[in-house]
Amino acid sequence: MNAKYETHEHDVLIIGAGGAGLRAAIEALAQGASVGVVCKSLLGKAHTVMAEGGIAAAMANVDEADDWRVHFGDTMRGGKMLNNWRMAQIHAQEASERVRELEQWGALFDRTKDGRILQRAFGGHTFKRLCHVGDRTGLEMIRTLQDRGVQMGFDVYMECAVTRLLKDGDRIAGAFGYWRENGRFVVFKAKSVVLATGGIGKAWPITSNSWEYTGDGMALAYDAGADLMDMEFVQFHPTGMVWPPGVQGILVTEAVRGEGGILRNKSGERFMERYDPKRMELSTRDVVARAIYTEVREGRGTEHGGAYLDISQKPAEYVKRKLPSMYHQFLELADVDITKGPMEVGPTCHYMMGGVKVEADTAASSVPGLFAAGEAAAGLHGANRLGGNSLSDLLVFGRRAGLAAAEHAKRTSTPSLDLGQIEEAERTMLAPFERKDGESPYTLHADLQENMQKLVGIFRTEEDLRLALTKIEELKQRSTRMTVSGSRMFNPGWHLSRDLESMLTVVEAVTRSALARRESRGAHSRIDYPKPDPSWGKQNNVISRRGESMELRQVPVPDMPEDLQSLVIEEKKGSAA
Amino acid sequence: MAEATLKIFRGTREGGTPAEYHVPVAPGMVVLDALHYVQQHQAPDLAVRWNCKAGKCGSCSAEVNGRPRLTCKTRMDTLPQDKPIAILPMKSFPVIKDLVTDVSWNYKVNKKIPPFQPRAGVEWKMYQEDVDRVQEFRKCIECFLCQNVCHVLREHDKQEQFGGPRFFVRVAGLEMHPLDALNRTGLLKNELGIGFCNITKCCTEVCPEDIHITDNAIIPLKERVVDDFYDPLLGLVRKIRNAVSPSKRQPNE
Repeated sequence: MNAKYETHEHDVLIIGAGGAGLRAAIEALAQGASVGVVCKSLLGKAHTVMAEGGIAAAMANVDEADDWRVHFGDTMRGGKMLNNWRMAQIHAQEASERVRELEQWGALFDRTKDGRILQRAFGGHTFKRLCHVGDRTGLEMIRTLQDRGVQMGFDVYMECAVTRLLKDGDRIAGAFGYWRENGRFVVFKAKSVVLATGGIGKAWPITSNSWEYTGDGMALAYDAGADLMDMEFVQFHPTGMVWPPGVQGILVTEAVRGEGGILRNKSGERFMERYDPKRMELSTRDVVARAIYTEVREGRGTEHGGAYLDISQKPAEYVKRKLPSMYHQFLELADVDITKGPMEVGPTCHYMMGGVKVEADTAASSVPGLFAAGEAAAGLHGANRLGGNSLSDLLVFGRRAGLAAAEHAKRTSTPSLDLGQIEEAERTMLAPFERKDGESPYTLHADLQENMQKLVGIFRTEEDLRLALTKIEELKQRSTRMTVSGSRMFNPGWHLSRDLESMLTVVEAVTRSALARRESRGAHSRIDYPKPDPSWGKQNNVISRRGESMELRQVPVPDMPEDLQSLVIEEKKGSAA
Repeated sequence: MAEATLKIFRGTREGGTPAEYHVPVAPGMVVLDALHYVQQHQAPDLAVRWNCKAGKCGSCSAEVNGRPRLTCKTRMDTLPQDKPIAILPMKSFPVIKDLVTDVSWNYKVNKKIPPFQPRAGVEWKMYQEDVDRVQEFRKCIECFLCQNVCHVLREHDKQEQFGGPRFFVRVAGLEMHPLDALNRTGLLKNELGIGFCNITKCCTEVCPEDIHITDNAIIPLKERVVDDFYDPLLGLVRKIRNAVSPSKRQPNE
């Protein structure tokens, strides 16, 4: 490569160091590949660290009747049958082994009385299924994977952001990025690239997501020619903090409800009786989020516009042991002692079911050499994800992506890098410094968030979505005039200007997909089409890039084999619908 | 709305000065919110490291009015509003820019620690009472505030000989894991220099996760080091016992 650019070469380059990225790295290393991991933050700080409730795996340690088949059925029903059945099958079959593996690498889960991994109840899961460590399961997982990967010897490029995927003809050739610390550019040459970049929550103002969640992987894949799928399905977690303003959106784990927490409106009514009398607080997230939103909209909300969530009927010591970080979070940030009184909670943008369209078995995208896993990928969760299925997703498909990426690297010759692409990527990054008197990226970001919160939230209408698209078009125009001040050294304004480009791509994909889907299903609720439409139940929305414009098409949901179909139906009879 | 004055360090390795910013204070606001306000309205290039803003990732460490804190967990209403709030980067690490410091040394120390190694043929059964104390150590969010206040690092710059409280916590989590087979006392004594710690408990005081670093991690590890290296009688007993039924062994044994 040109001496002008710092260049690193690997068989497999992994973008993102959360659960999926680290698990992919471990597997690719085990296959003998040379592995580089690039992450926007320090190692160990990825969003996985915030996961609280647990990892869903049908280990049957607590409820003996549990089995991968039941987990599969729960996942498909939770996703309103839009899931890729093969992914749901692989996930349910492999999750237990992935959890045991974590334990063998040093993770310490909470225990049953007879010394096995303890499992707790969660929304939409028929049995007690979530392996957990109090309410800090994600931290345990990321530390375990991080220590394992470091010991196996991957190269980590911390605080480094990828802004463009590089291609050699049709196939992947590497990536271009910058070091956050000094703003210098860096080039990675790789036979395989795994996108493990997580979700898109930062496009909404009220979100449980960290700043990193700007849809980078989906936008990079889209720009490189890969397909995106199910982009209309954005999960609003029912319980985020609503007060005080500074903490709005911070997650209140579903484990509060899993451990017996009760939801009430301002008049003390246990309102879930009206929305899902059978499953109550442990209904699926889409249902509970809509219920709280509806209670507030119809004037039955709490003082600060939420619902009450109460766990104080349980012994104080139990609450502190099973939900320690919730106890401290409310005490320190909201002056509320959750062992004595209720929390105020409301929906917060939490998870992206959609993402890069991948092959079920290999996590391969439609671009040769490009893979995606975890939240950045689509398919497993369909129209709504069950709590706990995300951490297991990261492990199961992170591993498969790492395996397939390493195998692809073995079969492939070294790609060549195209200086033209690199120079163009550099020019794009430097442009905001050269413009004068344009808008601040922070203003643009605030406007983008307001647009999404108001027009593309929990409840959607054709009118709102059309208006949102117009606004997104305006924001795209304004983004070409963004100005950044200061130097290239650790400059958050500059970093945000690039993250905004990713967000603008994904919010357009979300809005277009939401506009097309004229029905309500899972996390996608249309006021103008309030019922599910069986014909839409057989189609996924797929987005791809055609020149400068975004193309949307429908592809049929893959047909499920009969033996699996019977599992979904049988379970339907046996458990709550 | 009340207004607060912040004096934030602006500068690089080469030097810098505090700059003054005025920020409106909303109910429940934390220092990190105030820093974000400054970025949005006054200094878009103000360098701040943060991720979750929920006390879970340990990225936003700084020194607020002289106290090492997570800025996402430091409420503005707990600070005196009648004088400027001083916000400085962690002192024990080299400044990169503004509030962002170079913490890469920690990652180098971490690499020296042999990971969990299960005993051969182990049955994967553990009881809650056995994992309770190890789970305390595994709460660590790597904010490095303990490293920042430890005088062995802060005043005496023993980075070459000393691992620091964070890594004693990590080693404690491995050593006290019910199924771990390795003995890391040699590492603690030699590479991590646990002897330099004179248990002033500064680390424990600043830990945002309330880990009893000194009492539960460092002191028991010091005792193990003493038992293994400085107590001839116990050493002999252990040699005999190990010959009969092997327990933990040093990595290179």
